[in-house]
Amino acid sequence: MSMKISTRQVDGVTILDLSGRITLGEGSVQLRNAVRELLGKGSKDILLNLADVNYIDSSGIGELVSAFTATRNQGGELKLLKLTKKVHDLLQITKLYTVFDIKDDEAQAIAAFTHA
Amino acid sequence: MAALTLGKYASKLPLWRVSGEPLRRRPHPKARNRQFKRAGCVVNSMGSRFSYTLDSSLDSVNKVEEAAEQLAQESGLDEDQVFQITMAVREAAVNAVLHGNAYDPKKKITASFENTGSSLVICIGDQGSGLDPSTLPDPLAPENLLSGSGRGIFLIRSFMDEVHFKLLHPGTELTLIKHLDSTQKRA
Repeated sequence: MSMKISTRQVDGVTILDLSGRITLGEGSVQLRNAVRELLGKGSKDILLNLADVNYIDSSGIGELVSAFTATRNQGGELKLLKLTKKVHDLLQITKLYTVFDIKDDEAQAIAAFTHA
Repeated sequence: MAALTLGKYASKLPLWRVSGEPLRRRPHPKARNRQFKRAGCVVNSMGSRFSYTLDSSLDSVNKVEEAAEQLAQESGLDEDQVFQITMAVREAAVNAVLHGNAYDPKKKITASFENTGSSLVICIGDQGSGLDPSTLPDPLAPENLLSGSGRGIFLIRSFMDEVHFKLLHPGTELTLIKHLDSTQKRA
């Protein structure tokens, strides 16, 4: 069961709706490629909607961090939207919950982008 | 339950009492040794145990993950505990395949699963160059917080009650142990 990614634009922010697993060999590479492609096209405000991500492993967590730093290094912002309890708990125990800007409401998340 | 492991020695051993439990036979020294080794994934003398020898591939990781999930579910653990054990075992299998054997098709990983009645004991072995856990950086340290890797062992330790590393020359074996409370002891 691999991850699916669909992309949409809202007020200058690119939202990636992810569903499935972000794990080594499944979603990690897809996520990396999707973010790289966006940054390559100049889309630097990225919102990852994780509402339908039911599983993430250490590789997936690392990929979220890499996407965050890659976007920031390009002068952009990457935020997370609608974490499931499992993903929320994992980001808490890895102390990443305070690193990411995490929102539960899409409109609030969009408004929080400084460039939007 | 200990008496089941004693066989012909059982009738020759003194009785002992353990914190309110009924009198039972003190295990023969050899029986204790067997139990100790069983926790270290060497000997299986009782209980349900199954093991695999697998290629160094992501398919193997998925197979090990499924086996761990099945073991945890059948042990009466709740959903969160099943998730934690499954994830810890997956991380150990990923380490074995990716960092241990480096996807080398000539090298195998081993995985064994056991419900001893009091604990779930899962062992994951590889044939790599060996892992010294003392050399692993702390993923929670501020300088490592934004690292793209290095959280696998940390998660394993977070989710299991005991984690033991053993160098195999070549390779590493991780023993992951989750203790079952009294309502979950279904051997």
